[in-house]
Amino acid sequence: MAASRVTTATRGPLTGEGVAAARPTLDARRLRADFAVFDELRNGKPLAYLDSASSTQKPRRVLDAMRAFYEHSYANVHRGVYQLAERATEGYEGAREKVRALVNASSTREIVFTRSTTEALNLVAYAWGLDNLGPGDLVVVTELEHHSNFVPWQYVAKRQGAGFRHIPIDDSGELQLDALEKIASEGRVKVVANNLVSNSLGTINPVEKLAAWAHEQGAIMVVDAAQAAPHRPLDVQALGCDFLAFSSHKLCGPSGVGALWGRSELLEAMSPFNLGGEMIRSVALERTTWNELPYKFEAGTPAIAEAVGFGVALDYISEVGLEAISQHEHELTAYALGRLAELPWVETYGPPAERRAGIVSFNVEGVHPHDVAQVLDWEGVAVRAGHHCTQPLMTRLGVAATTRASFYLYTIPEDVDRLVDGLHKVRKSFS
Amino acid sequence: MSEFEQLYREVILDHYKSPRSHGLLEPRDAFAEGQNPLCGDEIAMSLTLDGDTVADVGFEGRGCAISQAATSMLTEMIRGRTVAELAAMPKEELLEEIGIPLTPVRLKCAILGLGVLKVALHKAKGTPLPEEWAGGELELEIG
Repeated sequence: MAASRVTTATRGPLTGEGVAAARPTLDARRLRADFAVFDELRNGKPLAYLDSASSTQKPRRVLDAMRAFYEHSYANVHRGVYQLAERATEGYEGAREKVRALVNASSTREIVFTRSTTEALNLVAYAWGLDNLGPGDLVVVTELEHHSNFVPWQYVAKRQGAGFRHIPIDDSGELQLDALEKIASEGRVKVVANNLVSNSLGTINPVEKLAAWAHEQGAIMVVDAAQAAPHRPLDVQALGCDFLAFSSHKLCGPSGVGALWGRSELLEAMSPFNLGGEMIRSVALERTTWNELPYKFEAGTPAIAEAVGFGVALDYISEVGLEAISQHEHELTAYALGRLAELPWVETYGPPAERRAGIVSFNVEGVHPHDVAQVLDWEGVAVRAGHHCTQPLMTRLGVAATTRASFYLYTIPEDVDRLVDGLHKVRKSFS
Repeated sequence: MSEFEQLYREVILDHYKSPRSHGLLEPRDAFAEGQNPLCGDEIAMSLTLDGDTVADVGFEGRGCAISQAATSMLTEMIRGRTVAELAAMPKEELLEEIGIPLTPVRLKCAILGLGVLKVALHKAKGTPLPEEWAGGELELEIG
């Protein structure tokens, strides 16, 4: 697998008609059998689950593994000398190794388990930002950032007296990198924060370029990979970033656990984020010292079984194949954009299929997304309606909200067809 | 009756498509705006007062059919009533008027306009804020 890692910008199999035979594939229909949720009918209809960007469904294998872990291997980690505690620690640390392998980090010392992507990004904003940002410094985010990689930086910048800037997008939802020069002229750029894949538009952002620019400015590059890690191969070395965050629940694992990868030299120099048990080396009345990486950043009892489930989910998606998942979603996205283009009363947002991941945001003329989603639900089609935690982006698009359909390894073209059929009902009902 | 007809009653769709009291009043004695962070519904409402009584009301907004229709229906319920009475108006009174089954998420859409009304009265007359709006004024503004 290591040899076949490619970065998002240079991915070959997404384009070019002549390489079809070499394309990795997956059988979504077969994979659906791994998910109990698809066995049930809702309102007498099978579930067309088109909200995987929000959270994915869970395969039996992950659920079974968590149950087995609780029944046969559970104790607190890093404490007991008894066998059960050792088994629990092995399970927990085994999951850390799987996360390391997924992102091609050089050491498990660089993998911190967190509660979520959001907590991982807050960790960087607080633990790095409070010690390294001050007046004259700039934090740079983007106009299509999820609030979790936007608001923590906005807050910490304000507290530290640093400036806060954003990279604008063009009308198709892609970053306008020609704005960088002006931003750099306005202060010392210390942080660049960007999502690798936009959760609202599916835009695949040029993180490698931004990381190179950030380093030219003497800044760190912080990547929100919540929408990338589940869907495409990741390599932190190739991306050239300094921190990268993602969560388990978006890649078939349980909620309540996420991961932060950070360069060890940065993590070593940082103050802790949460304080308490586990993260200390020694505590005395007058002086406390911190534990080694990554435990310095893991205060308190972690989400142990969830971390184990996270690891099993990584096994699952790795076996399906991240190249295959990426290719599958690309085909679905192209198909969905084509089918939605048949509806003149539907407006879609975002870049063309070849430059986006499996996310399609749209609006039905004259109908609010909430009402769209409500009618679709009655048809057994689950989509997300709202601002998707990207209010600055919604403002830029000039809309209050959008309806979003998002795909995963279990999505089939019929789900998209049912979405389109449902939209005809929406149109008819509200006209 | 289909699911659609249960939720989107004729009267709801009528208020949604032809909102009453539409447009903000100028001059005005009270004003507030509010958003439903779940789905991006927005309501702005202005009022004129005759002493302690609501003389007129106007609103603008964008959002789902439930939020906009409920606000439109609310405006028809408040003229001539006192500020104190409206500040204490239970949401059930509005929900009875709306008369449709609402899930917890859609309930938030339905009572957005009522919350905005109470915030406007609070700002103009110092009446109590509804609990769910208290503490929301600590803002982060980046200059």
